[in-house]
Amino acid sequence: MDSTDNAEEPIQKKSSGFKNSLATFFADLYKIHLFIVRFFKEAFVPPFELKEVIRQCYEVGVRSLALISLTGFIVGFIFTKQSRPSLANFGANSWLPSLVSIAIMRALAPLVTALIASGKVGSSIGAELGSMRVTEQIDAMEVSGTKPFKYLVCTRVLATTITLPILATYAAFIGLLGGYLNVAMNEGLSYTAFVQDFFQPLMFLDFTASLIKSIVFGFTIGIVGCYQGYFSTKGTEGVGKAANGAVVTAMFLVFIEEVIIVQITSNFR
Amino acid sequence: MKKAKATIDYNNTVIKIRDLEKSFEDYAVLRGIDLDLYQGENLVVLGRSGSGKSVLIKLISGLLKPDKGSIEVLGQDVCHISEKELQELRIRIGFSFQNSALYDSMTVCKNLEFPLVRNRKNITRSEIDKAITSVLEAVGLSQTRNQMPAELSGGQRKRIGIARTLILNPEIMLYDEPTAGLDPITCIEINDLINEVQQRYKTSSIIITHDLTCAKSTGDRIAMLIDGEFQRVGSFEEVFDTKDERIKPFYDYNFTE
Repeated sequence: MDSTDNAEEPIQKKSSGFKNSLATFFADLYKIHLFIVRFFKEAFVPPFELKEVIRQCYEVGVRSLALISLTGFIVGFIFTKQSRPSLANFGANSWLPSLVSIAIMRALAPLVTALIASGKVGSSIGAELGSMRVTEQIDAMEVSGTKPFKYLVCTRVLATTITLPILATYAAFIGLLGGYLNVAMNEGLSYTAFVQDFFQPLMFLDFTASLIKSIVFGFTIGIVGCYQGYFSTKGTEGVGKAANGAVVTAMFLVFIEEVIIVQITSNFR
Repeated sequence: MKKAKATIDYNNTVIKIRDLEKSFEDYAVLRGIDLDLYQGENLVVLGRSGSGKSVLIKLISGLLKPDKGSIEVLGQDVCHISEKELQELRIRIGFSFQNSALYDSMTVCKNLEFPLVRNRKNITRSEIDKAITSVLEAVGLSQTRNQMPAELSGGQRKRIGIARTLILNPEIMLYDEPTAGLDPITCIEINDLINEVQQRYKTSSIIITHDLTCAKSTGDRIAMLIDGEFQRVGSFEEVFDTKDERIKPFYDYNFTE
């Protein structure tokens, strides 16, 4: 064999490896597309699994409250504290509630809530469905003439989509309290005056954009978690991968969506 | 308990498999097999681990798609029916999984209720309770009604798994390794239960196993799956009356020293 053949071999291998990765990427993309289409086909057609949707809303919502409360409060408190020196340089301390409100309502509340939900809810969905897949529970549902996709996937995706906006609103409220506490401690502003200043710069678009963002984030977290778990393979290793994949992919997508939605909404301002 | 004589209708084929092939990547698991299951019959499929036994019943229930060949179940070609038709057909087939596949997050009662409420329209609460009581009595586990699957022993889990399939009154039962991982006494109990199900529910069954005691005590007919093909099919004695070195060790391991 010619020596140049040997030299080209690793390059060929690399190129075929790259081609395979690219093919796998597009195959995965197509599978996710089919998964989402299937969700819309099955979620809104009777019979509805209402009881399970409510149970999942409870699992996603109520069980995340403690974490969201703590994070929301700290974000509000710390953001206010860290913003004060910059505003003080311009003698604009009175703008603090307005700055906090814009930051919390437009970006922090939906984003922080989504990131926490990606970690807590996304991983739990991925691991739960993954373990159901590897222990053949999903197959058992299928062979008993029931629709596991409807029962397991549609209910969880609906629950995250419904619950995340509620959690984000709650996080904004708690963030407001955190911000107020810091302002009250330093500026001695009354609660009524703080709330008035807090809501004054906000427009209807801010609330709508925040709501839409949270709905999109909730849907993403649900779909990604379910997709990773539903197609999990290779035993317990696969369950771990599904949980991990759910968190990483959901967080990545949440940031991408944040950028896109901010770009779109800024056109309407 | 000795197996009672089964009433088999040899003119009525409930599962008809022809020239079935299935491969995973380059590995051919099933290489053109033919099989008939008659109404009321218990057919045992014997074979080594990884010989494609479980793949066979997953193909029958439509969980996997074959590469080639046809599978006719209760007169319907599993490979060429719609999703809705397949779902309706599956209600008539019971599938008992190797690891029982009970739903971890539900009690025994909810596990049994799950397929019933989703497949029987307008069923009342009292009818559901009656059906649950009946199948739990049939498998001898009435006391486990409110227990979680994690609280059950291996044998109890198998029985509840079988009960969950029986609640829909299936015409065909597919058992995947029903005695795997169980102690000898529980194995005997499960074998008796399989025979009892055949008699009481008039089911036709395919029992996948590598346990010869299970095969001998439950099977009306044995099919030996080796190298992706049925090498011998017949009664227990007929199958093992051979000097074939691929079949003899099965018998020797179980029945000689």
